[in-house]
Amino acid sequence: MMIAQLITSFIASAAFGVIFNVPKNSLLQCGFVGMLGWILYFFLVENEINSIIATLAAAFIVAVISQYFAKRYKTPITIFNVSGIIPLVPGGLSYDAMKHFVGNDFYVAVQLAAKVFMLAGAIAMGLIFAEVMNQLVTKYNRRKVRLKS
Amino acid sequence: MDDRLPYNEIIDVCLLAGKIMLQNGAETSRVEDTMVRIAAAFGCGDSHSFSTPTGIIFSLDGMHPASKLIRVSQRSTDLHKVTLVNSISRSISSKEMTPEEAYLQLKQIEKAGMGYPMWVQVFAAFISSGCFLIMFQGQWNDFIWSCIAGGMGFSCLFYLHRLLEVRFFAEFIASLVVGLAAMFFVQIGVGSHLDTIIIGAVMPLVPGLLITNAARDLIAGHLVSGLSKGVDAGLTALAIGAGISAAFVFL
Repeated sequence: MMIAQLITSFIASAAFGVIFNVPKNSLLQCGFVGMLGWILYFFLVENEINSIIATLAAAFIVAVISQYFAKRYKTPITIFNVSGIIPLVPGGLSYDAMKHFVGNDFYVAVQLAAKVFMLAGAIAMGLIFAEVMNQLVTKYNRRKVRLKS
Repeated sequence: MDDRLPYNEIIDVCLLAGKIMLQNGAETSRVEDTMVRIAAAFGCGDSHSFSTPTGIIFSLDGMHPASKLIRVSQRSTDLHKVTLVNSISRSISSKEMTPEEAYLQLKQIEKAGMGYPMWVQVFAAFISSGCFLIMFQGQWNDFIWSCIAGGMGFSCLFYLHRLLEVRFFAEFIASLVVGLAAMFFVQIGVGSHLDTIIIGAVMPLVPGLLITNAARDLIAGHLVSGLSKGVDAGLTALAIGAGISAAFVFL
């Protein structure tokens, strides 16, 4: 079960890299970022942690690793971010919401739509936290260098 | 600033670099940053760039103030080109390139075709649809049907993008095709779960790049571009949802 999830999330993320025309030598890294984010999300949800928290944590990890890869391979960070974020996008839930809207079941539909909105917000917040942490670390490192010299 | 600097060429190089990046899916914060860096590397330390998803204004200050505006209407996603422009801007920063050389190389990048041929992209959409089906707890016997529906939807999007000016309509039709294909497979009895097949097959159409770029632009304080990209992503999601719901009407 877990192995199937690992393999499919790797392939799906790398394939998304192809759809967005990512350079050939970054495809493996894209797949890796996507796989890591998805597995963290999957593990947390399996252990009955709120899916919003799980999405937040997964998006955070994806962004941190993307930042590391972007620095290491000297490429724009978007390349890795996109393929990592895609599996976390609440596609199934928004489909459910849409289905209920079509079926005139607005009571359930609005509830689902609100949850989709929260999940999208969680992805954005995960990216923001990672960015803030990155800035803090770079500032801290710069200060350490300055103090040494 | 001294008079020997080729101001016009510098502005052209900056604008071309910015235009290529903006057209191919870079965040506006990255576009502005790259343009100002390139200008600084050529010796114009005092420059300003303002870019939105639909246009760029770039100006050099100092003794010879000059500014140019460029309009960007066609947008697609080719992150390979963004990476190439990024590396050119790096080599300009380390003073390895003259403005003329940089301009020629950028022109070549602009003319180059997509990074991957059409069939490879459709195949990627094909495979990823099936993988998403498994990730969303689908069953293995639905794998191939989700793949086919996703591949059909994505190739539809690809052709309609060339054919039509209205992007949202292309997305609507593509997701309609996905929905109808999935329903067809379930009706004839080869596919078992309609919901998971559709969810898997719709994933290649999801505007992932827009969502991440909108978030990154908002973080960087580029509220105009962040919001407009967010609205763009929302409209795309709405078009996909409308397409799927239209398929339900046929049921």
